[in-house]
Amino acid sequence: MAKVIVVTSGKGGVGKTTSSAAIGTGLALRGHKTVIIDFDIGLRNLDLIMGCERRVVYDFVNVIKGESNLKQSLIKDKRVDTLFVLPASQTRDKDALSKEGVAKVLEDLAEEGFEFIICDSPAGIETGAIMALYFADEAIVTTNPEVSSVRDSDRILGMLASKSKRAEQGLEPVKEHLLLTRYNPERVKRGDMLSVEDVQDILAIPILGVIPESPAVLKASNSGEPVIYDSESDAGQAYADAVSRLIGEEMPLRFLEEEKKGLFSRLFGG
Amino acid sequence: MSFFDYFRSTKEDNSAQTAKERLRIIVAHERNQRSGPDYLPAMKQDILDVIKKYVEIDSDQVNVSLDNKDEELSILELNITFPDKN
Ligand SMILES: Nc1ncnc2c1ncn2[C@@H]1O[C@H](COP(=O)(O)OP(=O)(O)OP(=O)(O)O)[C@@H](O)[C@H]1O
Ligand SMILES: [Mg+2]
Repeated sequence: MAKVIVVTSGKGGVGKTTSSAAIGTGLALRGHKTVIIDFDIGLRNLDLIMGCERRVVYDFVNVIKGESNLKQSLIKDKRVDTLFVLPASQTRDKDALSKEGVAKVLEDLAEEGFEFIICDSPAGIETGAIMALYFADEAIVTTNPEVSSVRDSDRILGMLASKSKRAEQGLEPVKEHLLLTRYNPERVKRGDMLSVEDVQDILAIPILGVIPESPAVLKASNSGEPVIYDSESDAGQAYADAVSRLIGEEMPLRFLEEEKKGLFSRLFGG
Repeated sequence: MSFFDYFRSTKEDNSAQTAKERLRIIVAHERNQRSGPDYLPAMKQDILDVIKKYVEIDSDQVNVSLDNKDEELSILELNITFPDKN
């Protein structure tokens, strides 16, 4: 059965698209048939982060409006053959998505044998974000260690608990995961950044991963290769760990301390 | 650096602690509002309109909050700051 996972945040620019690309790719690399859907209508970006921007012909809205079929619109990833991208449209109005339309696409994807459907949510708490989270079985609440991001994440948790299909129909609640991104252990130690424990205390949901602030993320987006491929980098490894946890493996959190030269290789025999 | 300097500097520098305290309060407040019944905003507006019939008052001088103490007991708190008589 297909699992629908929304990557959401409320606040903009916290790393939803980066995380959708990395985690979706990570799941596919482990052999799971995965599709990442860009719900950011009008502000398509996932295609660039995935490096498939020049292969977009039809998009999500075309499928919903019946102007193309699903097969034509899905972009098959060039690196992993279990991975597909459904791009957002670039020009149409934001109200192009309807619940019925989205529901139909998700059903068809499940029928195609997709195991994971990752929904990259737009920022905000309006229609677009609601549409992205409505059908979710699980939610990856992407948060930066910063006051406005944490507050917005809490509002999104409120939405998940009241506005999702699972909430409306009184089903088992959406499974929530906290993904703390752009974490800077040095600043946490100095006392000028909220720590993992602080954010967990406030939001009170289980942690999926902590992604350090890393130059590897910009490098990855420059080249259109999700950062999880950069297995030498801290962010790449942190995303790989998060993927493991998402599929139920136990993994201790890493990269919570400033990196001490040499310690890493001594501990892990690098 | 003296013993006291050490304390002062850590206290001043620890803006993360301040952030956490502020978050704790605002998040609790907003959760409480969310958990309120759907009619609460409309009821607040009605109460405000009634008061305005008698007293000239700004919206931000009226604070209506519903506190769910437990399953059995909810307290509706109405707090009005009247303007100066003169
Ligand atoms: N761990 C990280 N380290 C450094 N930079 C990061 C990290 N995560 C994200 N960024 C940067 O933050 C910016 C925003 O990231 P991204 O586009 O993924 O956020 P978003 O939540 O999808 O934004 P939007 O709300 O606009 O859709 C990008 O420039 C990205 O490179
Ligand atoms: Mg995005």
